[in-house]
Amino acid sequence: MTQEIVTANRLRDGAVVYLAPEGYWSERLADAVVVEGEVAAAELLGTAEAAVKAQIVVAPYRADVTLESGLPVPRTTKERIRSRGPSIHPELGKQAEGQPA
Amino acid sequence: MYRYDEYDHRILAERVEQFRDQVGRRIAGDISEDEFKPLRLMNGLYLQLHAYMLRVAIPYGMLSSTQLRKLAYIARRFDKGYGHFTTRQNIQYHWIKLEQAPDILGELAEVEMHAIQTSGNCVRNTTADQFAGVAFDEIEDPRVWCEIVRQWSTFHPEFSFLPRKFKIAITGSPHDRAALCVHDIGLRMHRDAAGEIGFEVMVGGGQGRTPMLAETIRPFLPKQYLLSYLEAILRVYNQLGRRDNIHKARIKILVGAVGAAEFARLVEAEWQASRNEDLELPAAEFERIHAHFALPPYEALPAETPAFHAKRFENREFARWVRTNVSRHKQPGYAIVTVSLKPEGGVPGDASDRQMEAMADIAERFSFGEVRVTHEQNLVLAHVKEADLYELWRNLGFFDLAAANAGLITDIIACPGLDYCSLANARSIPVSQAIGRRFADPERQARIGELKIKISGCINACGHHHVGHIGILGVDKKGEEFYQITLGGSADETAALGDIVGPAFAYDRVVDAVDTIVDTYLGIRIEGERFLDTYRRVGLQPFKERLYGAR
Ligand code: SF4
Repeated sequence: MTQEIVTANRLRDGAVVYLAPEGYWSERLADAVVVEGEVAAAELLGTAEAAVKAQIVVAPYRADVTLESGLPVPRTTKERIRSRGPSIHPELGKQAEGQPA
Repeated sequence: MYRYDEYDHRILAERVEQFRDQVGRRIAGDISEDEFKPLRLMNGLYLQLHAYMLRVAIPYGMLSSTQLRKLAYIARRFDKGYGHFTTRQNIQYHWIKLEQAPDILGELAEVEMHAIQTSGNCVRNTTADQFAGVAFDEIEDPRVWCEIVRQWSTFHPEFSFLPRKFKIAITGSPHDRAALCVHDIGLRMHRDAAGEIGFEVMVGGGQGRTPMLAETIRPFLPKQYLLSYLEAILRVYNQLGRRDNIHKARIKILVGAVGAAEFARLVEAEWQASRNEDLELPAAEFERIHAHFALPPYEALPAETPAFHAKRFENREFARWVRTNVSRHKQPGYAIVTVSLKPEGGVPGDASDRQMEAMADIAERFSFGEVRVTHEQNLVLAHVKEADLYELWRNLGFFDLAAANAGLITDIIACPGLDYCSLANARSIPVSQAIGRRFADPERQARIGELKIKISGCINACGHHHVGHIGILGVDKKGEEFYQITLGGSADETAALGDIVGPAFAYDRVVDAVDTIVDTYLGIRIEGERFLDTYRRVGLQPFKERLYGAR
């Protein structure tokens, strides 16, 4: 079964964030809650919608990941770039702030 | 340069405060994202992959040194130290925070800049020939008309909610450097048999999903009628353009559906019926605007500058740069300089805060404090004394701005692509960097000659791939980046859309494919041919065979 996370951009600064346990939003993909199955994923997105109403994030959506050593890894180039920063600027974005690649 | 009056300043200041209020209410939760999104877009603020993106209008690509310094300051203070010049002659910042956006607009307003009409279904920034006013073959300076169109279209109530965005480009020279044929309206100034100056009016060009070249609906429009005629075109479009399907809403679809001849008839009928004499610009108003574009006080110089030619003999690198990046000026003893924003391994169109500041200083020292942005993502210094060229070149070199490649294979247009853009299928920039490195050898570039590569990260075609001599389009195959290659496109007065050469190439194969195409061309070209000439002579087949034959 595919594993999914929920991601969005933070309202105030547009930063990429991931829905973490207890309804917190984290800038690190490693903190994201990973779920399996339609029901759990829809529920997770529901939590995110509430955060939209609370002016925390905008445009949340579900994204597929695979688990490697227990950590979520993006499945598309787009999500990989969002989780790290521009591929052409390794010195900028999350990748420059010590995030695991 | 056009200067704002007090009224313009007041409007801008009000706009900034209005947006500050809207942002405040959004963050406080008084307005929802659905309500807020159109408001932020009206102020040029998009949400992209890593942050918000602010698109700042640079009317017809003209900047003063003061304005460029402000753009540098914004890059340093509010972004990550750089900005990206676009194919719309604008600048974008990719790391903007919503809560700082009103302050940025306030900073811009101080130098008569803003982000109005850089988004939405209105008339966008009118683009122009970057050699406007100085090209040796120019008939009339198009910037005056761009400014007239800007004033007429800004906040025009009837045209603020068109079926789709609307782009106009103007040139006053026979050689089209402004890609007229891929604009909703392209206006080319020329003389009729009686020697009067007017516009050839072309309508319905555009790229994106359904690329089309603009067709001429009026070979000659006396220039005093420009605004009333534009108004007639926009009225017909406003009434008949499709609003039911975003992919069919551009004027090109309407012109394609009814045919150019019928569209011309509809416009003519509308024009005759509603022709508004108020829109015929009084001579005094024309003169007022015209005066803003007076050429700088040139010195009377001899046509030949021996010291400059001597330097070309002495220094091969300088000579190479002159060959590619210096163009003929209409004023004797002066030259037009294209400053390449495509250094080897660089990001096409990107300039750091330091480079922007350097350019502002250099422009003040060598070119009357004026800089222009080209749709090919380079900068132009339009009034340089030939005698100063060597010194200028040395100065540009200090800031990695002296790449000698304008018009060559490494002078690539690339959109931001998947490194930044939320609509992208694939990355554009790393592909352009890899091509830049592969073809870095200046001797080889010179041997290849004029060759324009244009790369878009998705079908929206911000990177103009349809009109690249070699066009590269990023496509998505199950989350993987692939690239479709087209050949034979062109954006000048011999405009053409490129032909798809065959199945798309994977990310790590695309540079080899370009290499194969170039190699094929070098093998079959006839003396004196450029890539485009060879392609037009032989067509797709030889390229197809070399690229796919072995499969
Ligand atoms: S062409 Fe597509 S990927 Fe490139 S900037 Fe435009 S929308 Fe983004």
